[in-house]
Amino acid sequence: MISLANPTRFLELVKAVVPWLAALVVILLGTGLYLSFFVAPPDYQQGETVRIMFIHVPAAWLAMFGYTVIALAALGTLIWRHPLADVAAKTAAPIGATFTFIALVTGSLWGKPMWGTYWVWDARLTSMLVLFLLYLGLIALWQAIEESGRAGRAAAILALVGAVNIPIIKFSVDWWNTLHQPASVFRAGGPTIDPALLTPLFVMAAGFTALFVLLHLIAMRAEILRRRVRALQQTQVARAALAEA
Amino acid sequence: MNAALALLVRDVKLAWREGGAIGVALGFYLVVVAITPFGLGPDLNLLARVAPGMLWVALLLAALLSADRIFHNDYEDGTLDVLTTGPLPLPVLAAIKSLAHWVTTGVPLALLAPVLGLLLNLPLDAMPLLVLSMLAGTPAVSFIAAIGASLTLGLRRSGLLLALLVLPLYVPVLIFGVSTVSAAMVGPGSPWPPFLMLCALSLASIVLAPLAAAAALRTALR
Repeated sequence: MISLANPTRFLELVKAVVPWLAALVVILLGTGLYLSFFVAPPDYQQGETVRIMFIHVPAAWLAMFGYTVIALAALGTLIWRHPLADVAAKTAAPIGATFTFIALVTGSLWGKPMWGTYWVWDARLTSMLVLFLLYLGLIALWQAIEESGRAGRAAAILALVGAVNIPIIKFSVDWWNTLHQPASVFRAGGPTIDPALLTPLFVMAAGFTALFVLLHLIAMRAEILRRRVRALQQTQVARAALAEA
Repeated sequence: MNAALALLVRDVKLAWREGGAIGVALGFYLVVVAITPFGLGPDLNLLARVAPGMLWVALLLAALLSADRIFHNDYEDGTLDVLTTGPLPLPVLAAIKSLAHWVTTGVPLALLAPVLGLLLNLPLDAMPLLVLSMLAGTPAVSFIAAIGASLTLGLRRSGLLLALLVLPLYVPVLIFGVSTVSAAMVGPGSPWPPFLMLCALSLASIVLAPLAAAAALRTALR
């Protein structure tokens, strides 16, 4: 982490890693989608609709993963003052928000045939919606504060305040009576899903994670370059002002 | 201790003299509750059922719209910089200002609520529990609002941004506040478990929120 604090070294690392990571994403998502739609059997109760699970569940996992990344980056900003921590937090927010949105929409589309409704205000759905709102709040705060140092620290504080939502989402189906089904993969006693459906799920989850990391690295590179351009512009303006004076 | 008390008294006096800051919040509360029947229709049974929720939501909005007052006036004229160099630690400063907001906004709104409940046909025997739930929940509202106020200190259009940041954090307070009153009105079950959760949320915010608000103040004032 410390060796990566130098933005130039980080950019070199990104340049080296991105092509391989992109290839990995294509392989994992390609295999995952093939397994999900052609190999996995239909569910005994839900029939073919179970295939939405292979998009919905990994998207939901990545939504929570994204916020965890932001919370850890927030600690990096506030405690260790890592130079790239606020870049990591700023760029992860839109990606995490998109995954949350995908999870909410695919879940809603799955809910209509399965539960008879597009939405219900149970604990799991409500806490995922709150997660989406927290992401939007973070993005709004980043955009509202112009000075990027202050923006990074303020967003870090907000991210840590909202981090309490992540365990609430995870345990919401245990703590409350919810329409959303209880934990079936990450639970004491092991998964309750049949391996024929579990394998495509894990492949898709790996593919989504690799996609998150790929998008995140590319976005971080873009943000670092954006800041450099801004610094150059400011130097130019300062020089012009000095020359005039 | 003296410094903290002096600051509290000063803030309450300033809010009182600010020419209607308290009054505007109360007026806003009245107006929002008054227009809901125009949106929902005058059916008294429906209004009675939504009354706890509407009264709580309108209270949250009224408290939020006056939340940027918590630090803004002192930030504008430089008093906040002086206060940060004073004897009070920053979290205590944030806590006193949140407490002042509660005393001058939260409590009056909570006391006005039963009167507005009459507009929404809230049953009379639910009113004591309504006021109690609001008095127990508004400390959380004020203290969490201070986090938002300190994060958005000095920004343009901070009112809306503050609401966007803070409303998701109010969801538990709202859920338990409304459950307390609904349980008293309709049942099933006793209103005291959600009421105790509400008290727990308030106590937790009183302790933890000033720490976050102080950290945000430090970043804003740097």
